[in-house]
Amino acid sequence: MYSTTTGTHPGIELRHSPVGGETPRSEVPEQIQSAVFEIEQFGVSYAGTPAIADISLRIPAGEITALIGPSGCGKSTLLRSLNRMNDLIAVATHTGTIRYRGLDLHAADVDPAEVRRRIGMVFQKPNPFAQSIYDNVAFGPRLHGRSKGLDDVVERALRRAALWDEVKDKLREPGHAISGGQQQRLCIARAIAMEPDVILMDEPCSALDPIATLKIEDLMRQLREDYSIVIVTHNMQQAARVSDRTAFLTVDMEAADGQRCGRLVEFERTEKLFTQASDERTEAYITGRFG
Amino acid sequence: MTSAPPGRASALQATGAGRYADPLFKWAAITAGVSVLAVLGLMIGSTTADAWPVFQYQGFVDFFVNDEWRAGFSRTDFTGEYGAFSFIFGTLVVALIAIVLALPLALAVSLYITRLAPRRMKGPLAYTVELLAAVPSVVYGLWGLLYFVPTFLRPVMELLSAALAPVPLLGTFFAGPVYSTNYLAAGTVLAIMILPIITAISREVIAQVPPEQVQAAYGLGATDWEVMRKIILRRSFPGVVGATMLGLGRALGETIAVAMLIGGSQRWGLSLFFGGDAMAAHIANTFQDAAPETVQALIAIGVGLFIITVIVNVLARLLVWRIGRVAGDAAL
Repeated sequence: MYSTTTGTHPGIELRHSPVGGETPRSEVPEQIQSAVFEIEQFGVSYAGTPAIADISLRIPAGEITALIGPSGCGKSTLLRSLNRMNDLIAVATHTGTIRYRGLDLHAADVDPAEVRRRIGMVFQKPNPFAQSIYDNVAFGPRLHGRSKGLDDVVERALRRAALWDEVKDKLREPGHAISGGQQQRLCIARAIAMEPDVILMDEPCSALDPIATLKIEDLMRQLREDYSIVIVTHNMQQAARVSDRTAFLTVDMEAADGQRCGRLVEFERTEKLFTQASDERTEAYITGRFG
Repeated sequence: MTSAPPGRASALQATGAGRYADPLFKWAAITAGVSVLAVLGLMIGSTTADAWPVFQYQGFVDFFVNDEWRAGFSRTDFTGEYGAFSFIFGTLVVALIAIVLALPLALAVSLYITRLAPRRMKGPLAYTVELLAAVPSVVYGLWGLLYFVPTFLRPVMELLSAALAPVPLLGTFFAGPVYSTNYLAAGTVLAIMILPIITAISREVIAQVPPEQVQAAYGLGATDWEVMRKIILRRSFPGVVGATMLGLGRALGETIAVAMLIGGSQRWGLSLFFGGDAMAAHIANTFQDAAPETVQALIAIGVGLFIITVIVNVLARLLVWRIGRVAGDAAL
């Protein structure tokens, strides 16, 4: 029911409004005001074989950005480059630059550990440590020298991850003794406890059942208030449901050098990408004709 | 509708040689399993039977706590004095030195091989460490005696003794004079000998740590060192204790190399530079010239060594169990 007295255009009610979303999709600005990541001409090769190449995009602050695309398009590689987790693969090399809040992530004086402290990550498979729920959440703060007020930090992080009510009576139980969906929220709480600026999520729901998936999606919309989120997903409905903007990557089969390599096709507001994609490859993918 | 083919009572009966293979294999396996128990039982039984009169003559407890060992020469009687404390002390001290020196080194080597070494270095490095295990212990003994100890270790020992002997209390453990054969010399060479087994097993255990957990720790901004300390070593702890126990077992039982390097004085002392003797080493050094009563006493030392090894293993298991319970870790 809309009220005509507020002067709202009647048509607004018909627009898609995400469940529990704090910012209606229609208010996602056309232009990106402030970018958390500025990616320029970025490419990654594994032992000389390019995995992604020539990727340029600006990821906005305070929004949820989804990376979608068929298997092997390099969306995980791109995501893992954003907090330099890809450095852990010995044979990986990169070209181009990624600036995080204006700072070159690959500058010589940048400490990857410091990068990852600010840019948290949630992985595909829930991976709690073989320690208690409490110790899992306290791991990061302890790592960085915090020893006082941990109880508060743990409670706040668990509340923020919508897990507190389910685990408050069993904080000393092992982190792997709860359900898969709870474990993934525990991993999100563990990332939040670091008070990061950005949270990267690498297919966070792919190992979860549909109900647990919906809970994580609700949680992501809540977290959007405080964090910039970048999510890789295989599930296009999920991208449509949660993200503000979507980048579509694909494997370039007809590259000039004949090598299969992931490239960025299109980066748009999610609503626009899913309703009026400007590239026919995007449309083919999201309508299910390949991938 | 089915009818038995000629020569068989039922269509479902087994045919061919295969029908004998299963029972045959089963019995072969049972025999093999039982024979291990039988050999162990026979060994314990016969040595204990030989050692029993010695324990009766000397007193069971006295055998372990008395440090007076005087070999007798009787063919029929017991005339000597058989208190094995000096050898027990030597065995434990030398094994302890070996573990204290070898464990950190083995952990560092395993971590380097599994986590830090360049890919093409991993294989050759692991192989080289394991090759150390293929060197016969008599060669270690000779090499230690003629080269390693006089060239490298003795100057270090002299330095340590000069620097620390005057310190009150601590000085007791570093009191001179320093010769080439003593507890520390034997323990150090022993450390090199048990390095491969501890390294090999630690390496396996460390490689078993789930990569997802390692990733998670890196994702929270942990450095290499923090990942190793807080995730990898923590998770591998029970396995590393197991590896240490195997190393300790070898250190307690090692004979020839220790016999060549420990000093051989039949006494004991608190200084690391004391030239003492160890249980297995003493057996090897003296049994050839021993009179029958002393041979029996030497067998009693063997029984004592077995008892000590069992006690050490039980303690280690308790340690793993206790710490595993505290950590609340199901990964034991």
